[in-house]
Amino acid sequence: MTSLIRVQTDALEPWQEIAKFQTDNFNGHTDFGATATFVGTMRDLNEGDEVFEMTLEHYPAMTEKKLAEIVVEAESKWPLLHTLLMHRVGIIKPADPIVLVAVWSAHRAAAFDACRFLMEALKHQAPFWKKENLVSGQSRWIAKNTPGIS
Amino acid sequence: MQTIKVLYFASLRELIGTSETSIEATGPVGAAAVWKAVNPSVELPGSSLVAINQSYASLDSMVQPGDEVAFFPPVTGG
Repeated sequence: MTSLIRVQTDALEPWQEIAKFQTDNFNGHTDFGATATFVGTMRDLNEGDEVFEMTLEHYPAMTEKKLAEIVVEAESKWPLLHTLLMHRVGIIKPADPIVLVAVWSAHRAAAFDACRFLMEALKHQAPFWKKENLVSGQSRWIAKNTPGIS
Repeated sequence: MQTIKVLYFASLRELIGTSETSIEATGPVGAAAVWKAVNPSVELPGSSLVAINQSYASLDSMVQPGDEVAFFPPVTGG
């Protein structure tokens, strides 16, 4: 079982990261039958306003601790083979990937459910905050998340 | 006498105008009392969250000398 958690200011390239993670960690293993991924990307429109860029702030020591906790929790709930969790901070532009969650398991149920769990736990618990800089010149902190379950 | 480190993030950092301060303490202090001690004239916004040593806590939780306490708004990552 391998897990990799990373918070970075550099641009996040989710598909390259997934390919690299597999190359670096799988060592010829063929035990996984399911890979579930989620990529969150910055929109250029929020609550009716055009957003020019976003600043993503975090509490580094707590982010690290919290993300590690939620990965351990997911690994205890589902038979995961590998977990990859990456998050951007700093200045983000529209269409930039912000977050990547990828999980590998033998079967799809665990992969789907764990991927969703990790994303929802991250959104509700990890200490990240977004500030929007609008095209109009105003800026504002996002007050709360949108619901994750339809 | 030991120090309690106090951190602010996001909108609370902007409200207070600094990201970090500290107070001296000789024994345990409630998190709400820490806020009052360092920000006597600013009321903590109702939706604020508290963490002690990087774990979620409540305003009633006790902060020990040497601890790190953080105040911040609801989280909005992902």
